[in-house]
Amino acid sequence: MSIQTAAKRRIDMPALLAWFVVLMVIVGLFSPIFGPDYGVMDVPSLAVCLVILAIAGVRYELGFMRNLIGDLILGLVAATSAWLLVSTVSQHVGEAKLGFWALVVATWAASWLFVERLALWKSRSQSLARIVNLAIPAIFGITLLVLWQLVVTGAGVPKVLLPAPSEIWLRLINSVPTLWADFQQTFLKAVLAGYIIGCGSAFLIAILVDRVPFLRRGLLPIGNLVSALPIIGVAPIMVMWFGFDWPSKAAVVIIMTFFPMLVNTVAGLAASDAMQRDLMRTYASNYWQTLFKLRLPMAMPFIFNALKINSTLALIGAIVAEFFGTPIVGMGFRISTEVGRMNVDMVWAEIAVAALAGSLFYGAVALIERAVTFWHPSIRG
Amino acid sequence: MTDVSLPTTRSSNPFAGLMSGTVGPVVVVVSAILAIWYMAAVALNTPFQQEIYERASQTDVPLSQLVTDTLAQERPVLPAPHQVVVEIWNTTVEKKITSKRSLIFHSGITLSSTLLGFLIGTTLGILLAIGIVHSRVLDKSLMPWIISSQTIPILAIAPMIIVVLNAVGISGLLPKALISTYLSFFPVAVGMVKGLRSPEVIHMDLVHTYSASRVQAFWKLRLPYAVPFLFTSMKIGMAASLVGAIVGELPTGAVAGLGARLLAGSYYGQTIQIWSALLMAAFLAGSLVALIGVLEKQTLKRMGMAR
Repeated sequence: MSIQTAAKRRIDMPALLAWFVVLMVIVGLFSPIFGPDYGVMDVPSLAVCLVILAIAGVRYELGFMRNLIGDLILGLVAATSAWLLVSTVSQHVGEAKLGFWALVVATWAASWLFVERLALWKSRSQSLARIVNLAIPAIFGITLLVLWQLVVTGAGVPKVLLPAPSEIWLRLINSVPTLWADFQQTFLKAVLAGYIIGCGSAFLIAILVDRVPFLRRGLLPIGNLVSALPIIGVAPIMVMWFGFDWPSKAAVVIIMTFFPMLVNTVAGLAASDAMQRDLMRTYASNYWQTLFKLRLPMAMPFIFNALKINSTLALIGAIVAEFFGTPIVGMGFRISTEVGRMNVDMVWAEIAVAALAGSLFYGAVALIERAVTFWHPSIRG
Repeated sequence: MTDVSLPTTRSSNPFAGLMSGTVGPVVVVVSAILAIWYMAAVALNTPFQQEIYERASQTDVPLSQLVTDTLAQERPVLPAPHQVVVEIWNTTVEKKITSKRSLIFHSGITLSSTLLGFLIGTTLGILLAIGIVHSRVLDKSLMPWIISSQTIPILAIAPMIIVVLNAVGISGLLPKALISTYLSFFPVAVGMVKGLRSPEVIHMDLVHTYSASRVQAFWKLRLPYAVPFLFTSMKIGMAASLVGAIVGELPTGAVAGLGARLLAGSYYGQTIQIWSALLMAAFLAGSLVALIGVLEKQTLKRMGMAR
C-alpha cells in the first residue's frame, strides 16, 4: 500500500475490521455460547477458535508482521476458526446463543480482513496476480457457504425452509443417477438441440437480412421489441404443439435464443467501418470474400455476446417449459415435484447441478470466444 | 436511422421515400407476419375441422367454408389474430375490472409485483455498483459472483422460493417481487458499474484539482455520466422483471396474474386464453419499456445530454 493512497483514505477499513474482530471476541468471551448453559470455556474447540481470533486481531492492531506471512497466517486463522465453528455447531443444532454469533461475525470479519489485505498485495509475477484474482472471489464464495452453514445449523432453521450446504451435498452425491438422467433429458437433449438450431438459424437469417436492406429496416425494430417480450410465455403453446417430450422444450429454447442472436449478428455485421470495406474493395474482393474475411471476423464479438446471453436463456427456457408438462424425467420436472413433496434438499441439489451446468456452458462459450477473437482489445488486455 | 434517398429516385417513384424509412418496412414485415399467422392458423386447424366434418358426415365442404370454420374454432391449435383480439376486447373492456375473468385484473396483479421487484432490484443494483466502484475488495470479490449469479437459472427455482416463502407465511406480492428483483438487479448493477467508471481520467483529474472529495466527485461527475447507462439497463431490467413476475405466478396454483392465466389456459386447452395473456404480457412489456424510454428522453434533455 503506497503512502499516497493511505493518506487519501480517511477510513482505514482493515484497521476497523481488526478492531471489530477484537470487540466480537470480547463479546464472545463474556456471553453464553450455546443453550442451555455453555460458556466459551466449556467448549474447548471454540475456546481455541476464540484465542486464535483474538491473537490475529490484536496482532494486526499492533502492526506486528504486517507482511505477506502475517496475511497468510491471518487467512489460516480465519479458515481454522471457520472449520472449528462448523464442526462444533453440528453437535448443538439450534442452540446457538449470542457468544456463538459473536464468534461467527468475528470469523467473517477476519476473512474479510484477509481479503482486504490480499487485494493490496503487490505481485511481482503475473501468475501470482492471477491466482490472487481467482482466490478473492473464491474466498468470498466459500465465506458465504460457511455463513450459510453456520446460520442454518446454529439457528436451527427447519430443513423445509433452507437446508444446510452439507445436507445438499449429501443429497447430491446420494442421487447422482437421478440427477444425471434429468441432466441428460433437459440439458443434453432439449437445451443443446434448441441452442444449436436457434442460434444457427438466427445466424443464417441475419446474413440474409444483412443482404437485403429492406428486411433489415423492417425486421430489426421488431427484433428489438421481441427481445424485450416475455417469450417464456410461449412455453405452454409449444408443449401443446410438440408434445410432452424434449422437442417441445427445444422449440421454446429455439424461440428464446433466436432474437438475441439475430439482433446481435446484424449489429455485428454492420461493425466494420467504411475504410475497411473500401480496402477490401480495392483488393477486388467480392461479397462473400468480404463477408468471410472482414465482416464476420469483425462481427464475432457481437455474435459471442449473443451466444453468452443465450447460454443462460436456453437453460432457463428448457427448465421453465418443463413446468407445463413433461415425461417423468427432467430438471424442471424434478424441481416442481420435489417442491410439492417438500424435499427441498433435492431441489437445491438440482439447482446446484443447473447452476454448475449453466456456468460451465457459459465458461465454454467464453473460452471459445477468447480463442476466436484473440485480436480484440478487450481480450488482448 | 439514416434516411438518405436520392432526389432523382424520389421524383421518379412517389413511393420510394415511403419504403426507405423505418416505418414502411416495419409495416410490410408486420403485415407479412399477420398473413403467415392466418395461413398457419388455417393449416394447423384443418385436421381437427375435417374430423368435425367427418363426424357430421358432411362430405364436400367448399374451401371458403373450411377457411372460415378453421378461423372460428373454440379451441384451435393456433387461434387466428382476430380471435385473440376479440378475446382481449371481451376480457378487458366488457368485463368489470374487479372480475376474476378480467384480463386487466390479472395484468394489474402481475404489474404490481413487476414494479415492486423492479424498484427493489434497481435500488440494489445501484447500491452494489456504488460499492463496487469505490471499493477494490468489493470489485474483486463481488463482481465475479454477480456475473455468475445469472448463470443460475433463477426462474427454475422461482416456484420453490414461492412455495417455501408461502410456507413461512410470507405470501402475496413479495415472493414474486423477489424473483423480479433477482432478475433485474443484474443489468442495473453491471450497467451502473460501467457508467460510474465512464468519466475519463482527465475529468477525474480535473475534479481532483478542485480538491473534491469522493462524495462530491460521485455526485457531480460520476453520477451524471452514469445516467444514460442507468436508463439503458433499466429497460433491460424492466423486461426481465416482468418475466420474473410471470414465472413467479406459475406455481401459486394458478390463482391470479398473467402467469396463472397461462397455466390455467394450458391445463384446460384454452388456447385463445393463452394467446391473449401472452399478447397482454407483450403489450405490458412494450409499454413499460417505452415509458422508461420517455423518461430517459426527458431526463437527458433536462441534463443537456440529449442525443
